[in-house]
Amino acid sequence: MTQTTEFTLDGKTVSVTPNVGERLSEVLRERLGARDVKIGCNAGDCGACTVLVDGAPVCACLTPAQQVAGKAVETLGGLHSDDPVAARLSEQFQDHGAAQCGICTPGMMVSAVALLRETPAPSEAQVKDALGGVLCRCTGYRKIIDAVMGKPAAAIQGIGKVGDPIRRLDGAAKTSGVETFGDDVAPPDTLELLIIRSPHPRARFELGDLDGFVQNHSGLVTTLTAADIKGQNAFGVIPAFVDQPVFAETETRFRGEAVAAIIGSPAAIRQISPDDFPVTWTKLDAVTDVHFAQSTTAAQLHNDRANNVMCGGFVARGQAKSALENADVTVTGHFQSGFVEHAYIEPEAGFAQMVNNRVEIHACTQAPVMDLEALEIILGMDRSQIRIIPTGVGGGFGAKLDISVQPYLALAALKTGLPVRLTYSRTESMQSTTKRHPSDINLRIGADKSGKITGFDFLGLFDTGAYASWGPTVANRVPVHASGPYQIADYRAESKGIHTNNPPAGAFRGFGVPQSAIAQESLFDVLAEKLGMDALEFRILNALENGAPTVCGQVFDQGVGIKACLKALRPAWASERAAAKNFNENSKVVKRGVGIAAGWYGCGNTSLPNPSTIKSGIRADGTVVLHQGAMDIGQGANTVITQIFATALGLPISQIELIGPDTDVTPDAGKTSASRQTYVSGNAARLSGEALRALILAKMNVGDDATLTIGDGKIRVGKDHTLDLNTLPADAEGYVLRAVETYDPPTKPLDENGQGAPYAQFGYAAHLVVVDVDTGYGTVKPTKFVAAHDVGQAINPLLIEGQVEGGIAQGLGMALMEEYIPGRTENLHDYLIPTIGDMPPVETIIIEEPDAHGPYGAKGLGEHVLIPTAPAILNAIHNATGARITRVPATPARVRQAIKGLTDD
Amino acid sequence: MSYNSPTDLAAALALAATAHQTVIAGGTDVYPASRQGRAPSHLLDITRIPDLNAIEQTPEHIRIGAAVSWTKIIKADLPAAFDALKQSARQVGSVQIQNAGTIGGNLCNASPAADGVPPLLTLDASVEITSQARGPRTVPLSAFITGVRATNLQPDELVTAILVPTPDPQAKSAFEKLGSRAFMVISITMTSAQITCDASGRITQARVAVGACSAVAQRLPDLEAALIGTLPENAHVTPQHLTPLSPIDDVRGSAEFRLDVVAQQCVRTIKQAAMT
Repeated sequence: MTQTTEFTLDGKTVSVTPNVGERLSEVLRERLGARDVKIGCNAGDCGACTVLVDGAPVCACLTPAQQVAGKAVETLGGLHSDDPVAARLSEQFQDHGAAQCGICTPGMMVSAVALLRETPAPSEAQVKDALGGVLCRCTGYRKIIDAVMGKPAAAIQGIGKVGDPIRRLDGAAKTSGVETFGDDVAPPDTLELLIIRSPHPRARFELGDLDGFVQNHSGLVTTLTAADIKGQNAFGVIPAFVDQPVFAETETRFRGEAVAAIIGSPAAIRQISPDDFPVTWTKLDAVTDVHFAQSTTAAQLHNDRANNVMCGGFVARGQAKSALENADVTVTGHFQSGFVEHAYIEPEAGFAQMVNNRVEIHACTQAPVMDLEALEIILGMDRSQIRIIPTGVGGGFGAKLDISVQPYLALAALKTGLPVRLTYSRTESMQSTTKRHPSDINLRIGADKSGKITGFDFLGLFDTGAYASWGPTVANRVPVHASGPYQIADYRAESKGIHTNNPPAGAFRGFGVPQSAIAQESLFDVLAEKLGMDALEFRILNALENGAPTVCGQVFDQGVGIKACLKALRPAWASERAAAKNFNENSKVVKRGVGIAAGWYGCGNTSLPNPSTIKSGIRADGTVVLHQGAMDIGQGANTVITQIFATALGLPISQIELIGPDTDVTPDAGKTSASRQTYVSGNAARLSGEALRALILAKMNVGDDATLTIGDGKIRVGKDHTLDLNTLPADAEGYVLRAVETYDPPTKPLDENGQGAPYAQFGYAAHLVVVDVDTGYGTVKPTKFVAAHDVGQAINPLLIEGQVEGGIAQGLGMALMEEYIPGRTENLHDYLIPTIGDMPPVETIIIEEPDAHGPYGAKGLGEHVLIPTAPAILNAIHNATGARITRVPATPARVRQAIKGLTDD
Repeated sequence: MSYNSPTDLAAALALAATAHQTVIAGGTDVYPASRQGRAPSHLLDITRIPDLNAIEQTPEHIRIGAAVSWTKIIKADLPAAFDALKQSARQVGSVQIQNAGTIGGNLCNASPAADGVPPLLTLDASVEITSQARGPRTVPLSAFITGVRATNLQPDELVTAILVPTPDPQAKSAFEKLGSRAFMVISITMTSAQITCDASGRITQARVAVGACSAVAQRLPDLEAALIGTLPENAHVTPQHLTPLSPIDDVRGSAEFRLDVVAQQCVRTIKQAAMT
């Protein structure tokens, strides 16, 4: 029985006939076109779908559509155009950089509007209470708090030259709700895909009568299995490690692995339970532990990888063993971490269709050209027959570097000839996409009496799960970075990636370096304490400098900024420790502690080419077009790359029109990964801008210092020089002037001991945190961060603060609450990420130690922001309580146990 | 397939008497529990029944309709003995969940970590249940929830209200919940305490209930008895007091940790209640 439901949507009366119990979120998005309502979890855990019902914020995903009959529903789209409170808030969000990827922004803004209607000048506590139900994975929440409280604008109006903290160029689309993400592109009633996944970590399976299944369910069109793959049933991100099937063929290697897919109408798919699908499972013994995985009795996941060892990494310099034997003081430690889920609020989603016999895929991604290359192999088609048009990306952090929905969409569109869409449920997203590698690290460090490090021996085992993904990158990066940004003459670091029947571990902000930093930076505190040295001064004493070799023997003559970062923490280190001491004298149960940690990170691929190409052009009418191919996943590439280009060209940013990534029209700017976009694509943009400028100057016969103005089809320099663009011939794309430039970082290969020049530049960071530990409950509450980052040259300081705060929030989550356990924390109420109430204020100190290779001296930042956070928190817990936590997350149970252990001894 | 939202109780009870009805109010438990391809086909929406949406005071009781939202409880003018319930309401999920989720749903969902149960146990609440065939009956809350996700509600019955005996106006109360983050968090342990003190500040009446440490939240009668005549700041918990609890090990914490924490939480909550 279907009934008509009438309500008002953003002031207009609407009438719909929902299915029984159809969620309001689905009705709004699919029947009423309100795609500004975002769906992140379908369980009330993320708040992205927040709408107002009679003025009260509720999760539209938990509201039966029939329940709003006769009521007033308001969404961001309507509020933005009709409500002055929302319109003002939209400006404030942009002025503070409160929207990064933008997927949570509708939920945040709608919740904030409800608050501001009742409380026009809210306190911070009121903002937190009102927004506590909306998760954000990008911003670290502080900019959102500032925006809702209406603090003075942080952004400036300006021409957008390098160094200007301007608003992000794509911000208005995000704060008005018009930005389209992976699930926002497909027309309503498009055919849908439902993937059938393994319920076991390891299982043999047999498919039954699929044709009969389709015939017995009206509305189903067909199914997909490995048999539908014309090319190779394999994908991976590293050519030597392409090992993951699109559909498993006889045996699944992790819980959540795909074996088949069903294609049908939305109504038909809604009725299908995976339990109805004709597949017979035989559960097999699974390997879930890296130590057992290497034993002879463990099942082998891949035939060519003995003892389940995928690969390893190794760096050695000097004589670590003898140096440790001769050290005055040595310390050892064993550190562990679990799987960490990216938990972007946008689950993987996309849409595919056939256009002129080519397959066209619209999906969220961090690497459109890598997607194209993967599909070329899977589909067995020439790449000219495939087009990737990325949608907005609602957070990535590494996991959207790998393909997810893309092959299923392409196979479905090819098989049916019809448009098809696929959006992962939150549980599918968590089960089937990559994670941060769990780590098991043994480390020994020695020092002489003066505090100089005299030996360092590191062994890290990383659970890479069932398939390689970016595991080899983690294995390679960790030994290069495990020293931290310090001078260590006698060094040995070995890593191994081990296969298990766990989910594939891949890229996650830092590629294993956050894990190794926990071990190294924790043990540095232990070592400093044993030496009787101040933890900060110990680090400054050993810090890397210009002219000193890294553990890879690479010598930078310039640009090493770690000492400046560490020294910038001295004032807070002194004042916060003094304040903590005072506090602790009067507090028995709650103890305050201060911790520091540092980090470094090489920008770009490790000793491998990773070029970016940036194309720009000028049309006859004077429009300057930048083909900006660096995927903006919220971090701000659209803005930063454009600022660099505009500066090089010599025009204000307002005159530049952006064309985004699209494999048909925009050159490859590489993947958004390895903190490379500002540095590598930024350089390509600089070269493109400089080349375009040189063309103009030559044509106008004016000097290098000319000030250009452009408009009405003419470029002018002063009053005397005019270039009439209409007189120039236009190319096929309509450009009368164009410049395509490529940049690839200069690196050198690593030898068998890991000696070489792995990166053209590193970025550097040091964090300080103050925590309050409830020693009775074991809860840890960070109350303040001071974060010093050497970014070479800040292209946009406002965006830098956004990266720092967001990275700290992820580091805080990793340190205190996040652990993905297959089968147990496959949703956002059992897997906890920080909420707005968990993030304290952050003081960001920008250090600018220019880098000779970076555009205008700039260095990468995206991953650096996370690396020092967790060890700083662990060091602060120790400072507060005397308890040393060596396994993250430091949950209340673990912290309390460690504190009890101190008194039991 | 049907979706009904009757506007009077009789119609709702008539529907409840038919088979396969899934009762829905805030939807905060129904939707997260719903599985692909297995959505309930007959929904009975009880949010439009005025009787179920009201908080009323009778000479004997404060009667909270089953479909009253947490937000409505937070905003209601209630005696100090309800402060613990209000504090728990503020910690249910988020504002979004508090605006939709209902007190009746919290009880019927019967999670061991249901936020509303410990404060209602300290209020000596009963559950009013009604069916078309047998009319109303009242069950003490402690008997209503029978296990993990289990109640003694019959298929044709609806929970219509929560009945709280009019509390001692001198009674004070507090609620504490331990979780791993600030908002939207499932309890590791939670404690509700209600105490009344005499002029000298000594406890004359005490009720303490603990959630997330047993299949069903439990009162701690030995602790309550031991508290009589003591000053709240001297509250002390022994292992014997905690014998009604039987916590489990799960991703949020071990059984041992829960018992360790809850002993402290009882003391803190009692002191907190005294300070209000």
